Amino acid sequence: MISFLSELDIKKKCKSYGVPLRQCPDFLFLVLGIIIIILIIASYFIAIKKIEDIRVALLTVLGFSALLVIINFIIIRSVERIVQASRSQLEFINVISHQLKAPITNISFILDAFFSKKMELTEQDKNEYLKMLKENNERMRELVKNILTVAKLEAGLLNIKKEFVSLDEIVDQKINDFKLFAQALNVKIEKDFDKSLPKIYVDSFWVKEVIGNLLDNAIKYSRGNVFIKLKCQKGKVFFEIEDDGKGIPKEEQKFIFQRFFRVKNGSTHALSGSGLGLYLSKKLVELMGGKIGFISKYNKGSKFWFFLPISS
Amino acid sequence: MSKKILFIEDEFSLQKTLSQMLQTNGYTVISSLEGKGGVNLAKREKPDLIILDLILPKMNGFEVLEELKKDEETKDIPVIVLTNLEDNQSIEKVLSYNVLHYFVKSNFTPHEIVEKINAFFK
Repeated sequence: MISFLSELDIKKKCKSYGVPLRQCPDFLFLVLGIIIIILIIASYFIAIKKIEDIRVALLTVLGFSALLVIINFIIIRSVERIVQASRSQLEFINVISHQLKAPITNISFILDAFFSKKMELTEQDKNEYLKMLKENNERMRELVKNILTVAKLEAGLLNIKKEFVSLDEIVDQKINDFKLFAQALNVKIEKDFDKSLPKIYVDSFWVKEVIGNLLDNAIKYSRGNVFIKLKCQKGKVFFEIEDDGKGIPKEEQKFIFQRFFRVKNGSTHALSGSGLGLYLSKKLVELMGGKIGFISKYNKGSKFWFFLPISS
Repeated sequence: MSKKILFIEDEFSLQKTLSQMLQTNGYTVISSLEGKGGVNLAKREKPDLIILDLILPKMNGFEVLEELKKDEETKDIPVIVLTNLEDNQSIEKVLSYNVLHYFVKSNFTPHEIVEKINAFFK
């Protein structure tokens, strides 16, 4: 009985859904119920009083029916939204746990083999095992870092400290960070920067993050060449990064900035990412007042670009 | 003659550790880091056992099973599925292909997997 009564506390229930009252299904159903009761009573009175003018009766009924259809529509949409939100939350947890499980499993397999008495590991084997441990540890660290950034971002708690910085210096620094990685995959990075670029007003930490994500993708998906361009156009500083990879199939292009999306034709290296990089990059660029986008041709490669504001 | 095992798995660390452990136990191991190449190897090499991951580039594990079971030459090769997917839907789908075992990676050490394989060949 108590649980039935608490079901009736609509305000509390709607609050727990995290949607405004006008979008809360329980509240809307109540409104709908009241309207139906009024409608039945009204149509009774209209029927006995205005029966001679059939047009008025008809219009009233039509008007009320239209109202009911609209309210019904809003209710269905609201229910959908709640279901979707909880589903995407669940999916998020599922994907994250699965992504974390992979490096954890790898580490436990490596340790088990490493300490196995039966296996006779050479010095070279041991070195390789340690290197694999390090890589898997790095993968987990990267994933956890990204999850935390996503969580902060979605809660609106991300700290952005803007200052004037030179994008060319940041890009050069990032290219340097990725030098060994690019070499390991046999990828050449070339650049062409406009001279005397104006400084941009951004948070350098997050700009580095965005450039790192784009560079990482370009190297992983390329077939050997990555080209970076910086230019100033219409009072904005543009960053462009082009690879000569397989490109993004047209039907998958609209999903590219969604979290955990990955193109189907990715190579093995490309599959080890967190699936959060482009999603985060888009949010970060937009938060700093810029825009991000891409052009991609199947089998020719992709070009990702973003611009950031010069002034505050 | 030593038994030949085909290991289809895209995680390099797992490939390296489990393969090395199987070799220590006297097996011959052939590897593929993706599904399509795995199917080709199965057809060409006719292994005595296949260890198969489900999330794979180029062709996923379900498609690999479908291909293997379609072909007269490969349909009777025993398959052990080794994955981190543990939802009921995946398990049911895999079991419908009549596989030997369904192992969830994180619940086993490579030692235990090798022991199960030893027991199978005994």
